[in-house]
Amino acid sequence: MIPRHLMIGIAAMLAVALGMSFYALRMRGRVAQTETPAEYAHPVSAPVQGPTEQVTLYVAYDDPGVLRAQSASIPLPAGRQERAQELLRALLALYLDNSSSHPLGPGAEVRDVYLVDPGLAVIDLNDAFADGHRSGVLVEELTMASLVQTLATGIPGINRVKILVGGRERETLAGHADLSGVYDVAAVSQMVAGLQ
Amino acid sequence: MPWSSRPRAKQRWGNRPAQPAAAAAISGLAILFAFVLVLSAFADDKRLTVYSGATSYSLSVREKNGVDYVGLLEILQPLGSASARTDGRTWRLNYNGSDSEFSPGNTRARVQGQILDLPAMFLMENGRGLVPASSLPSLMQRLLRVPINFHEASRRLFIGNAAIHFTAQVNKTNPPTLVMNFTSPVNPMIATEPGKLRMVFTREPLVPPGSQTLTFDSPAIPSATFQENNGAAEIAVSGPVPLFASFSNDGRTITITPAPQATAHVPAPAAQPAVPAPAGSPAPQVSPGAAAAVASTAVQYFVVVDASHGGDERGAALSDQLAEKDVTLAFALRLRQQLQARGLTTLMLREGDTTMSLDQRANMTNAAHPAIYVCLHAASQGSGVRLYTALLPAGAEGRGPFLDWNTAQSGFHTASQTAETSVASELGKRQVAVRSLLAPLRPLNNITTAAVAIEVAPPAGKLAELNSPTYQQLVAESVTAGIEAVRDQLGAKR
Repeated sequence: MIPRHLMIGIAAMLAVALGMSFYALRMRGRVAQTETPAEYAHPVSAPVQGPTEQVTLYVAYDDPGVLRAQSASIPLPAGRQERAQELLRALLALYLDNSSSHPLGPGAEVRDVYLVDPGLAVIDLNDAFADGHRSGVLVEELTMASLVQTLATGIPGINRVKILVGGRERETLAGHADLSGVYDVAAVSQMVAGLQ
Repeated sequence: MPWSSRPRAKQRWGNRPAQPAAAAAISGLAILFAFVLVLSAFADDKRLTVYSGATSYSLSVREKNGVDYVGLLEILQPLGSASARTDGRTWRLNYNGSDSEFSPGNTRARVQGQILDLPAMFLMENGRGLVPASSLPSLMQRLLRVPINFHEASRRLFIGNAAIHFTAQVNKTNPPTLVMNFTSPVNPMIATEPGKLRMVFTREPLVPPGSQTLTFDSPAIPSATFQENNGAAEIAVSGPVPLFASFSNDGRTITITPAPQATAHVPAPAAQPAVPAPAGSPAPQVSPGAAAAVASTAVQYFVVVDASHGGDERGAALSDQLAEKDVTLAFALRLRQQLQARGLTTLMLREGDTTMSLDQRANMTNAAHPAIYVCLHAASQGSGVRLYTALLPAGAEGRGPFLDWNTAQSGFHTASQTAETSVASELGKRQVAVRSLLAPLRPLNNITTAAVAIEVAPPAGKLAELNSPTYQQLVAESVTAGIEAVRDQLGAKR
């Protein structure tokens, strides 16, 4: 015969185990409810500190296939590198808008902008930017011209721009626009003149 | 007194005028000696190539006492798990778990437990085990347990069933073409010289045909010879006129044709001056992968047409069914027809659904020395035709006769713009909407002649008409007229 105190002990342990299982199930349900949806999973950039400034963005318009200079007021930080990033993010915000004149693929982002050498800027786009980009000579050219010209106009002293995708060199943006070389800002300005 | 040392030094040099001459002579001799050393190093560069079903690779061969030696570990490492260790007296090899022993200075070895007599002594050099090349068939057969076929004179070692066979046949078309079909894709290095087109296969286990010399009943391509030497195979096609080679069928077919200026069916305009190649230019050498070459000393006005994309690279998806690569090919074929109808000889870089890199396209074009390169693209966005010349990237300057690859077009940009303006004018005359732009579009910047890219968009935005014969014909006629109109200007520039 099993002693009484042992039976009481076993019953108590069973009750604790059942209680803990119930508690674990409830907690799991709560976590599932509060989990961040996949589309908001990418990191959120820190709020920009700085006075609002008037800047010129070179915005692509697919319909006539042109690039137009457009003024915008955006808060810009003091540092050159941070300013460069904010300029391009403001430009991309236009392209990612539903009513965009030159839509980019979902999730397109500028990962970083590096001013690594006097006169050289490196723009690092994310993979979604290139993978989701429409293919075509003009449509890709408009994107590249828009990025380079906006950056070179907003940040004085930049005369060469290199574009990376996902931190790596890539042959073309989406089959046409060359990304293997370094863009000469003076030559891009000439190209932009033809696109206006 | 330190001040007095300077004039004294001056005087010392001044009194001995012969010393600089002696120094120059010694320097000259040293340079000559170094040059001879470099030359002799290249001359002695004996190679042995190993072909297996999975890989092929080349190794250097050391000559010792008149015998060719190769490193045994280097041969085995790409084929399996191989390691070696030595205690100075014995060199022990472990290959895929089985041990073998070799003794330096000895011809007898124990290979996987059995005695094997080598035709010459085993050597050890800085821990490397060297075996005579002639021992490889028996040694490798024992180690790998598969049939080995060794072409000793040419130092080509075939493991198992590794082999690529080929057939060659001349089609009596006009111009005649030599079609060579290979059992696997090949990628030879192509070089041309007067009266001969040479294809060197270093990586492919190409095996000789029944006869070393193939003769064809064609005056334009009378014969081809197969040779093996220094770890490579070579097919040399002879002909009285310069020859082109082009690839198709994913590298399984090589088609050799007489160069466009030599083809009989294309009428060459009498008033058209021949365009001489740069004086003293060597026969063009095309890197592996490039698919065409031409050797010529006098080139007439001819056009290279490049249907962009192709093969695995589909380009833009113009609609659910329509890929850019197909539209560009259809348009390129139509353009060639138009150009040839006007007596403008044409080379198409691809005539089928072939994958080609941008570097290959540039290599082929530059080797052919055309007067103009026309690259075709198609788009669903916008309407009409867009013409592009190269937006040159920031790059290095050319050095002497060598051009910077990324900015090779810089010296030809004016010619490109001349051609672009002419084509735009002809499109305008035919009421086709046209824009002229710069574009960062390779391989335009790598081309060493006038180079224009044409992006054809649907007329009035109607995508369905992009592939319509009427529309393509209209554009092709305009482009042809534009190219023909600048014949004298572009011809004179070359």
